[in-house]
Amino acid sequence: MDNTILLYAALLMGILGIVLGVIIAVFVKLFSVKSDPRVDLALELLPGANCGGCGKAGCADFAKVLAAGEVQPANCPVSSSEQIAAISLALGIDAGEVERMQAVVCCRSDIGEVRKMNYNGVQDCVAANMVAGGPDECRYGCLGLGTCARKCPFGAIEIIGQVAVVHRELCVGCGKCAAACPRGVIKLVPADSEYHIYCNSPEKGANKRHFCKAGCIGCRKCEKLCGSKFKLSGFLSQVNYADGAVVSGEEVRSIHCPVGCLLSVEERLEAAYNKVKGNKK
Amino acid sequence: MKYLELTVGAVLVNNFVLTRFLGICPFLGVSKRLDTALGMGGAVTVVMALASCITSVISNYLLVFTVNDRVIDLGFLRVLTFILVIAALVQLLEVMLQKVSPVLYRALGIYLPLITTNCAVLGAATINAESGRSVWEATVFGTFSGIGFALALVLFSSIREKLELAAPPKAFEGTPIALVTAGILAMAFAGFAGLC
Repeated sequence: MDNTILLYAALLMGILGIVLGVIIAVFVKLFSVKSDPRVDLALELLPGANCGGCGKAGCADFAKVLAAGEVQPANCPVSSSEQIAAISLALGIDAGEVERMQAVVCCRSDIGEVRKMNYNGVQDCVAANMVAGGPDECRYGCLGLGTCARKCPFGAIEIIGQVAVVHRELCVGCGKCAAACPRGVIKLVPADSEYHIYCNSPEKGANKRHFCKAGCIGCRKCEKLCGSKFKLSGFLSQVNYADGAVVSGEEVRSIHCPVGCLLSVEERLEAAYNKVKGNKK
Repeated sequence: MKYLELTVGAVLVNNFVLTRFLGICPFLGVSKRLDTALGMGGAVTVVMALASCITSVISNYLLVFTVNDRVIDLGFLRVLTFILVIAALVQLLEVMLQKVSPVLYRALGIYLPLITTNCAVLGAATINAESGRSVWEATVFGTFSGIGFALALVLFSSIREKLELAAPPKAFEGTPIALVTAGILAMAFAGFAGLC
């Protein structure tokens, strides 16, 4: 009697297995979708942790947009630089094909910005920005509480004094900081452009001068001297990155920005460090 | 009354995650953001409903049958067959979605492989079989259990999004504080006990 039950059990499992196997095989044939082989290739090389750190739902999702060319392999925060190199090699996309970007914190609030209140809440920009529009008079500037620095997987952002500054040699341009910043003060710019306008406020120059010594006053001096390399939006001048404008050091010296917004990345870093040193004295 | 237990009971009183403590892995793993939680919740609901329906057909008609007036009870194969069928079902669903509805596939596709051996799905199937429910009752129970899972996931992910801004002690950062929060949420759900 036991033997018959065993027999039926084996029979049931056997038949079930075969039937399900056949059904799946038929369905896979019937519903086959041609996919980009590079997706599978990328998926194999990715860590497979499905952590979602890249902003996608998992590694498979990331592999898809990777093959479609929407993101760079470096957007995967888990892969080491060797793994990223292996992925870009396998997919045939490298730094030459995808424009390298870098993040720039377009603000000099450490130099001359007035605070309207003392904020003692949660030390996070998103939280601070929710309290009456933030503790600063300027609603567009860097809050300096380091949300971007904590989001950066590469440790490229340093909070110097009261403002975030990007170290360009560490920044890979993944854009996580720009996405994390509640004020959009971090901009992704082409990595080969050296000079940037370090202000983010489109308010009128006179208004800005009430609380910030370093804000762009929209005097159009840069636009007059260099033409289409600069573009005014509101009362804020910006380097025209979209048209591939690269401002040279000579041009910057001839412009001689009256408020000192127009700086190179190195000059900005140096200014921030000098400001902190000056405070200590 | 019977349907109250199958619907409200499955969603609130005997919530799969917060009362039965099944499916904790996706509950902690995919609850960091609200949109992924919604995707996962939707996928689990669909799979649970389908799996409950098919596994109850199997347990009602295939695992117990009579041959020459003798009852053959293969109930001991329950877990084995259920896992086999659920895994196959999820595979089929994934393959079909990819072709039939790429939009839905993109929304659910990533989460489907994660559900293949989800214990909440197997749990729903086993609970159905053990309480001897009919196919229709089992399907209703499966659907609402899935909705309960989605509810727990959405609630928890909303809390976790807020938790990111909080400053817990260093040792509690990340998963520990999430587990503590899940415990408190489960205690809140314990308040529904005895509702039906």
